[in-house]
Amino acid sequence: MTGLSLSDKVTIGAALLGGAAGVAGTFAVLRRRSLVGDMLAHASLPGVCIAFAITGSRDLLGLSIGALVSGLLAIGLMTLVVRWTRTKEDAAIGIMLSGFFGLGIVLLSVVTRSSLGGGSAGLSSYIFGEPGNMVDSDLYTLVGVGLGVLLLVLLFYKEFKLVSFDHEFAKSQGWPTLALDLAMMTAVALVTIIGLPIVGVILMAAMIILPGATARMWTNRFNVLLILAGVIGATTGAVGVRFSSGLPTGPTIVLTGAALFVASILFAPEQGVVARVWNETRLRFRVAREHLLRSLYELNEPNFPRLAPTTFQQLLAHRYAQPWMLRWLVDQSENRGLVAVRGDQVTLTPLGFRRAAEATRTHRMWEIYMMEFAGSAPDHVDRSADAVEHLLPESLLLELEARLAREGRLPAIATEVPASPHDLASEGNSS
Amino acid sequence: MPHALAIATTFSDLWNPNGLWIVLTACATNCACALVGCYLVLRRMSLMGDALSHAVLPGLAVAFIFSGAYDIGPLMIGAVAAGLLSTFLIQTLHQYARVPSDASMGVVFTGLFALGVVLIKKGIPPGVHFDMACVYQGTLDYTPLYTVELLGREVPRAFAITGGVFLLNVAVVSALWKELKLSAFDPALATTMGFSATLLHYLLMALVAVTAVASFEAVGSILVVAMLIIPPATAHLLADRLASMMFISLLVAIAAAILGYILSTVFDTNIAGMITVAAAGLFGLAVLFAPQHGVVSALARNLGVSLRVVREDLLAMLYRVEELGSPRRLAAAEAQAAVGGGWLARLSLSNLLRDGRIARSGDRLDLTPAGREAARQLVRSHRLWETYLVKNLGLPLDHVHEPAHRIEHFIGDDIREQLQQELDATATDPHGREIPE
Repeated sequence: MTGLSLSDKVTIGAALLGGAAGVAGTFAVLRRRSLVGDMLAHASLPGVCIAFAITGSRDLLGLSIGALVSGLLAIGLMTLVVRWTRTKEDAAIGIMLSGFFGLGIVLLSVVTRSSLGGGSAGLSSYIFGEPGNMVDSDLYTLVGVGLGVLLLVLLFYKEFKLVSFDHEFAKSQGWPTLALDLAMMTAVALVTIIGLPIVGVILMAAMIILPGATARMWTNRFNVLLILAGVIGATTGAVGVRFSSGLPTGPTIVLTGAALFVASILFAPEQGVVARVWNETRLRFRVAREHLLRSLYELNEPNFPRLAPTTFQQLLAHRYAQPWMLRWLVDQSENRGLVAVRGDQVTLTPLGFRRAAEATRTHRMWEIYMMEFAGSAPDHVDRSADAVEHLLPESLLLELEARLAREGRLPAIATEVPASPHDLASEGNSS
Repeated sequence: MPHALAIATTFSDLWNPNGLWIVLTACATNCACALVGCYLVLRRMSLMGDALSHAVLPGLAVAFIFSGAYDIGPLMIGAVAAGLLSTFLIQTLHQYARVPSDASMGVVFTGLFALGVVLIKKGIPPGVHFDMACVYQGTLDYTPLYTVELLGREVPRAFAITGGVFLLNVAVVSALWKELKLSAFDPALATTMGFSATLLHYLLMALVAVTAVASFEAVGSILVVAMLIIPPATAHLLADRLASMMFISLLVAIAAAILGYILSTVFDTNIAGMITVAAAGLFGLAVLFAPQHGVVSALARNLGVSLRVVREDLLAMLYRVEELGSPRRLAAAEAQAAVGGGWLARLSLSNLLRDGRIARSGDRLDLTPAGREAARQLVRSHRLWETYLVKNLGLPLDHVHEPAHRIEHFIGDDIREQLQQELDATATDPHGREIPE
């Protein structure tokens, strides 16, 4: 009817399914119910068999209604078991999943035996998925379910958002969280059941989880998250089908999604592993540089205002264990114009001196603060100041400065560095 | 009587060698799964069983492709490797990439499963036996066809393998009984006491993977998942100690195997599926009828308490009416309506009449001496508690009746005695009424 070739139909169908699963699955991921999709997918099998036994046809609508009923029955039973007995949610999910699926296998073997010929052959596609079987009416169903999910999300946008991120708060505000939860899970169930004959039981669970989990790496905003999950799901579906020449379609779609997920885990701008490691490393470098500057400052302090060169040996004795690390740090600082290096003589540049004075000042102000206001012992403040000096915000520094000035602990000129509150020798070569 | 006949033939079937071997193989599989499953259920990681039994597929496929044969050795190695890898991936995704733990489990096992399917489709030449459907449903029916020589006897290959894994599980569990127990109930304490909970976790997961793979061939993944979770969960409803839980879970596993086999023969369907259904049925029975934790016993306990409360309210009310000194007595209908009415009140009243605590003459209810004594103790509890609340907690007068009304049913002799001493032999309650002796 649509005049599309089979491969186009499959591509469009997979994209539609992926999009709908992505949007609905985002709720499951946010509500920590990712595996409910897995349970639903397994638990729908007995319903499919019974529906087939009653209607005697492989009509998608009839089978889907059967699947939906038995899937929701499994969810209901699971909820009751968790509520009434000491069986925990994970075990209850596992029991419903395997129990219903076992029943499904039993019914499947009965139905297969009793129906003449190959009438029920397509039922096993509910387990493994058979994208090639897609017909026009399946596409229309997919469009319908996709629109239904979209409508549901648009209607209850605010409510879903609240329940997804802060369930307890929503409850305390008097929202019908149980009904909203059910509505979300029904959306998941609908998509799962439509998708079953296309990608199969296990891989449908992946279609539910992957787009939401992938999109979550890229954004913290709910609306962006939903749109992104839909787009990622649709892309996964379409690209997966296109890649799958010669490969089984369902698994290829899932592997495409998994590849996107892994890429996002690694390379997402803020929450990605690479970005996080990079930010952490940059912070470490900054900390190390500031420590170097402070060492130079403190080694030179007796000779002020003259700035004498400092040798590597002195620096090594003062703070650093590994020579190559120090060498590297010094080179880095030289590139930034903080120090001048001649041979193994390191001298602070004027810019470096200013930075060093700032770092030392922050360090010592925190030390004084800890001793004065938190009652720490003088030999306990150096290390804690080491850790915190790099992170003190400007506003806090100003406040500290004001307080110390009131107490008369601060030298009159604010840019000057206060004297160290403890014996500098005690800093020693301990790190 | 076609069914009776079928059952009769089934029992004769059970005792033929083939049927016996099928049941024995199913028993060995179920027991191996149930044993490690106990720890999964207790540690609330049941779904790791589901996840692992799917995630080992690529390991199997790779082992199969490399060894080119259906040998148990390489398959086991592949399975353990894949199991450990997926355990590691699930942990790492959760810890370092901050993916919620359920989502990370779902992503890892579905991804690995998809990889496994692709590997099988691409890597295994057509015509070689590696059927996807049997991964799900197993081929328990054909178990007796493939045999190996064991201790001079012909036994089915599947039985030898699953039996071996069962013995392995028994050995590991008994060797590390203390450690596994501690890490199941309190991983943090286990770590502080010096055995690494992480190491035990990986060991357990490796054991689950081995068990899953050994069972695959015989019973299919669905039964593996079912047997890892259902017998231990059933036993958890019936027992409070780990040893007895394990023992009961083994019994449930065996019962499910036998029952499932009989049912599958009667209805002529898939054996593994029917064993799963049997196990789920046993779980359902436990949910309903477990003596301590079952729904029915919980309902019965609740009903018992409700009945007692209503009975005591009735007695106390009749006592207060007597106390007023007027000759008027309550009628049955009035009394029932006053304690909330309904079948609970009717049942309570008929209980009291039967026990001889209340006597009925015409439409007039009177306390018997025994009933009056019981009612006196209750009213005494009530008024002592009111006095206590006012004197020692300083609650206003109009706030004390409700709490006293509720707690009077749960104040025993010793607490009454303590209250009495605390209140220094007070004779009247804050409303000025006498506290009965």
